[in-house]
Amino acid sequence: MLEELKILHAHGVQYVKDLRNARLSPLFRGRPTISTTYSEEDVARLTTLCPTSAITGGPLAIDLGKCVFCRACEQHYPQIVQFTNDYRLAANKREDLVVKAGDEAGIRLNAENIRAEVRSVLKRSLKLRQVSAGGDASCEMELNAAGNVNFDMGRFGIEFVASPRHADGIVITGPIAKNMARALELCYEAVPEPKIVVLVGSDAISGGLFQGSPALDRSFIDSHHVDLYIPGNPAHPLTFINGLMDLLGIEEETPNRGI
Amino acid sequence: MNRFHQYVRIKENPLAVRLDDIPSLEYSLFKDQTVHILQNKDCRCIAYFARQVKSRIDLYMCISDSKSEVMIYSTSCLEGDEVESLVLHIPALHVYEREIAECYKITFRGHPWMKPLRYPCSSVNHLAMDDYPFYKIEGSELHEVGVGPIHAGVIEPGHFRFICNGERVLHLEIQLGYQHRGVEEIMAGDRSWLYKMLLSENVAGDSAVSHGLAFAMLSEKLSGVEVSPRLEVERVIAQELERIAMHIGDTAALCGDVAYQLGMVVCEALRTITINTTQLWCGNRFGKGIVRIAGTSYPLQESIKQEVVANLRKVRKEYNQLISRLLTLPSVLARFEGVGVVTTNQAYGVGAVGMAARMTNILRDVRTTNPYMGYKSYVHEPILLDGGDVMARLQLRADEVVQSIDHILAFLAEFDHSAIASSPRYDLRAKGQMLGISLVEGWRGEICHCAITDETGGIARYKVKDPSFHNWFVLALAVRNQEISDFPICNKSFNLSYCGNDL
Repeated sequence: MLEELKILHAHGVQYVKDLRNARLSPLFRGRPTISTTYSEEDVARLTTLCPTSAITGGPLAIDLGKCVFCRACEQHYPQIVQFTNDYRLAANKREDLVVKAGDEAGIRLNAENIRAEVRSVLKRSLKLRQVSAGGDASCEMELNAAGNVNFDMGRFGIEFVASPRHADGIVITGPIAKNMARALELCYEAVPEPKIVVLVGSDAISGGLFQGSPALDRSFIDSHHVDLYIPGNPAHPLTFINGLMDLLGIEEETPNRGI
Repeated sequence: MNRFHQYVRIKENPLAVRLDDIPSLEYSLFKDQTVHILQNKDCRCIAYFARQVKSRIDLYMCISDSKSEVMIYSTSCLEGDEVESLVLHIPALHVYEREIAECYKITFRGHPWMKPLRYPCSSVNHLAMDDYPFYKIEGSELHEVGVGPIHAGVIEPGHFRFICNGERVLHLEIQLGYQHRGVEEIMAGDRSWLYKMLLSENVAGDSAVSHGLAFAMLSEKLSGVEVSPRLEVERVIAQELERIAMHIGDTAALCGDVAYQLGMVVCEALRTITINTTQLWCGNRFGKGIVRIAGTSYPLQESIKQEVVANLRKVRKEYNQLISRLLTLPSVLARFEGVGVVTTNQAYGVGAVGMAARMTNILRDVRTTNPYMGYKSYVHEPILLDGGDVMARLQLRADEVVQSIDHILAFLAEFDHSAIASSPRYDLRAKGQMLGISLVEGWRGEICHCAITDETGGIARYKVKDPSFHNWFVLALAVRNQEISDFPICNKSFNLSYCGNDL
């Protein structure tokens, strides 16, 4: 018993108290900002450079749904693109993931697009079934980490469950491999209403580095309503939890004030 | 020349050889030579793959001994050929032949179990996931249990089919392929070097540094790019950080599975410290971005070095404290000891690599057998255990965490910050008509990347091998005659990669 107490003492308090205002390492690749001063040649070079075609011109913009956060654009054109360590990247409208030149405001959810029943039914308890469909295990590990002692999303009643029948929605990672498409559809069908769909990571949102691969079948994304997009490669646990807090309308920072 | 010495032999890692210098043998000699060489237990097949040129299919055999000598030779078949399987003589080759038969029109006569390996998009027989029948045993007392592809936890998909007698597992058949994304197909296309570098980090996200390193080393070798001693050391430090984080994470998972809550939460927190250290260094918790061709955008700065040292010392102390306690708990030991045993002979037989070999006293560690980067001038002594059970796999992780921390501290003590840090390059020109191979010891084991270039230096064929390719079969053997309720701990004790296998 004494040994356990020593271990607990060294372990200390691990949880991140304020998930809204935690500070990540300065190098963390979060929301980019784009200067409004650039030439047409810069646009041409940047769009050619970007490996996943996340960068487009007119005006210059980065689509975080396609961006794999490799930072190559910033390294070549630091005067035009700068990645901040702002980890709040989630959006509920696909086009809101596109950061345009001059955009300084953070990315937030569009309240009008949140289905009314999502907040009324799920705000205090959200159970999610995760489906990895070609995910590379890094997003999956970050989703597990969202429930661990550090990030502890369980404090908001959010957790992953084993059965889709116990779940209120599904969280998809990976570009959706053809070989996994049917299992994903079956899982979705088993979830009761109002089932929410959350896409985590650039792979899930756009196919990421696998866009155009003949091994994918992304018809699920085309035929279902997506409630939340969470970019990243992989998405950071704070990005994921903040996205869900936004969706559910949770503003209290730490409901468990007893800790 | 000895009848069985018809190969080109190179003592390098990574290596590149002109295609013209690789002897092409008649299949019967190719077979006899392979069987002859691989009967020596010091030798292992590191890659055996095909490349199609019009209707001709070239098969390349790459074998390494334990002193970094790699032997390469080939044979050619025609589309539709039937050749004798090598598996009857060397069982460990079964996965290679299954992989080749799936994508090329070659039949391996006598192969005992030609189950598709990953149902790839380039498959020649276009089988769907459900088309291959599972093995069956008739009997009124037996029942089958199917698990997956979607599992209870937040992990990758794969299907496990058990045949059980009561609680006892008689047979486990593992069905993979759900994760197939077409990695090799994209690697062989005309994408940029930057694109392929990023893709290599996403082959298996839990081994981003290791797969990225295998790709970078191979690209550099094929293009004649030299890397600085500083970069060589930075790369292996990043790799050891990856190993430490994953081993600690797996310790947490094993503790969680036997309901030792304290062990789970403490290890989760220690893994967080480790991956946050990596994030401090490069902005990504999995080290994506550290390894780049010819240089790095994140040279290890003095201030980061101090954080690495301080954090690793803390992790070592607290992890050791936890492990010492863990190993005295009868309720934990009862679940780990003697469970999921794999014998040395079994592991040899199926070609186990990395941890899955070292836990049963087989020296399979690329850092020692084929030293690369920082290990060329640093002696790494592999830890070998002989239990072969879940306990041995836990103990190996525990020992390797401490060993890797010691390695990093030793590397950092000598680290020269004043040396020039080189920048990444993506304007490479690979030499044409070459075969390149790079080997890296990821935390699971041997990662091998191979590339064949065409006349203009473009990649004509790319081959990725994750250690899981070999080790999934070790897991299937480990659960035989175990209680089915012990499958989760057996599975977690290996923690194999689905996407690494499925590509």
